[in-house]
Amino acid sequence: MADHHFGGIKIRHLYKIFGPNAQAHVDAVKNGLTKAELNERYGHVLGLRDINIEMPSGSIQVIMGLSGSGKSTLIRHINRLIDPTAGEVLVDGVDVVKMNEQELRTFRRHQTAMVFQKFALLPHRNVLDNTLYGLEVQGMERAKAVDTAMRWIERVGLKGFESKYPNQLSGGMQQRVGLARALSNDAPVLLMDEAYSALDPLIRMDMQTVLLDLQKEIRKTVVFITHDLDEALRLGDQIAILRDGEVIQQGTSQDIVLRPADDYVANFVKEVNRGRVVHVEAVMVPMRPGCLPVGTPIEVGTTIEDAMRMIAHGPDGDVAVVDAEGKPVGILNLRLLAGALVSADRDTKQTGASLAEVM
Amino acid sequence: MDWLYVFPHMDDDSLRNLKKIIDEGFRTFTRSYGEAIEGFFSPLQHFLIVAERFMTQTPWPIITLIILAIAWGASRSVKVVLGCLVTLLAIGYFDMWDDTMRTVSMIFVCTILSIAVGIPIGIVMSRSDRLQRLVNPVLDVMQTMPSFVYLIPVVMLLGIGKVPGLIAVVIYAIPPMIRLTDLGIRLVDKDVLEAADAFGSSSWQKLKNVQLPLALPTIMAGINQTIMMALAMVVIASMIGVQGLGQPVLKAIANQYFTLGMFNGLAIVGIAIIFDRVSQAYGKRLQKHLEIVHG
Repeated sequence: MADHHFGGIKIRHLYKIFGPNAQAHVDAVKNGLTKAELNERYGHVLGLRDINIEMPSGSIQVIMGLSGSGKSTLIRHINRLIDPTAGEVLVDGVDVVKMNEQELRTFRRHQTAMVFQKFALLPHRNVLDNTLYGLEVQGMERAKAVDTAMRWIERVGLKGFESKYPNQLSGGMQQRVGLARALSNDAPVLLMDEAYSALDPLIRMDMQTVLLDLQKEIRKTVVFITHDLDEALRLGDQIAILRDGEVIQQGTSQDIVLRPADDYVANFVKEVNRGRVVHVEAVMVPMRPGCLPVGTPIEVGTTIEDAMRMIAHGPDGDVAVVDAEGKPVGILNLRLLAGALVSADRDTKQTGASLAEVM
Repeated sequence: MDWLYVFPHMDDDSLRNLKKIIDEGFRTFTRSYGEAIEGFFSPLQHFLIVAERFMTQTPWPIITLIILAIAWGASRSVKVVLGCLVTLLAIGYFDMWDDTMRTVSMIFVCTILSIAVGIPIGIVMSRSDRLQRLVNPVLDVMQTMPSFVYLIPVVMLLGIGKVPGLIAVVIYAIPPMIRLTDLGIRLVDKDVLEAADAFGSSSWQKLKNVQLPLALPTIMAGINQTIMMALAMVVIASMIGVQGLGQPVLKAIANQYFTLGMFNGLAIVGIAIIFDRVSQAYGKRLQKHLEIVHG
């Protein structure tokens, strides 16, 4: 099992209709019946429509959407806490939808672990016993389970709190327990359902850092649900944006910020701090012959903010952008970077103008 | 216009016949199965006798110590233990010790039986809405049907004695046990259950690790109610030969002995309060983890 390379998650043509007679309406929905029509004519609710997402192994896939967009429904299809109406969910090549009860239970014990928005800890168990819950369910012997659990409790920064009850901990600490419980399972898939939405902004940032640091070593296939675009952009290797049960855009944070698929996405993106998201290669201009770059070259993948910091402390003039092998691919200067921060932001100007009027 | 003033009822002969047929039927049933049923309940009879013998034949200081030790173990409260001691001493001083011990042993067996039967029924009931709809009216009947009425068939089947008394008491006292087990399990936080599912718990693991522990406070309230209702039935059960504090009360009613009735009545109140305080304190202690809240 150790040598086996986990094959990632593939969701194909996934449909979910809520209602007593869901199966009967799938074809109509496939043929274009809208959510509103389905609700009006048949009293059924369309939860998800034709979801197709490929989540490669070892990356963080963020699914973003507002409440009612179907994001929590979608993540529950991956470990089949919700049964789909139609479609396939392939985890490591096996279709979760076709599993029987016993297979599903084994799958949940060993292949997935989940972190919940409201923590969902067992109030009558202390931190240690909560953390080893998944291992206990697997049937692991107690001493071994305690070992593993203690390691993860320490790793998420809760050493010394093992014998406290969830009620005695703050929200952030409770979610650390939730994370430790999920990680103890050592499952290749980590499902995080709005895991940080109930936390204060500062603690949320803190927990995001914890996840990113951990991910560097554990390399799980993480599915992270959020309604917060900043969180999505910070964490996601890939982002899918969901609206009314449909994926309206998929791509990297760069794609989402620089090329929003429609007004809905654009509306979200305009509030984002582009300096922290957009990379230099999106801003740079091609090398002109005869141009002589100065200062330390900047590697591709650097954010605008970091690049500005580097250039601000260097000499005046153009700076080269180099790829991973050090080969120059373009040039940058402060003017370009500053432009990128405010460009495409008609709306920002408008807000500025209206602010001026008020003042 | 006669029918306006006299409710048009079934004619007297058919009604008499109907009652006769049902009575006959039940009598035949009793005659043919009475022994088998008695045999079925004989382990209970044995259990009752053992419990009673233990309570009445052990020297009183030892019984007192045992009760105080249980009270301390359950409540960890000096006040509760002292209360128990004073009540027990008063009961003994007014010469009601033996009767009280018989009642306590009866209540003990009733409670054990109610828990053993009630919790599994409550668990099954919490899993199926249909079953809940089916069982609820039965529980309503058990609780509201005047106890004398179901004493009749019980006595016809099993005669007079401890076991029919036990059955009558359990019928009356078990509904809160079933209802509160069902309720407690249904009230378990859906998020926590979903988490248990997500980690691949089997339904037994879910029951054992999540549902029962989280329903425990409610189940404890059910046990408490069951004990109280069983005590309330003691006097009625004494009518069919259950010994204990009920019999002097019954004698007092028949002969208008005010003081005798009062003393024994107060003894019932006394042990009711002991049972109540001890079981409630225990229930509270089980929920300790819920009280300490992050500040």
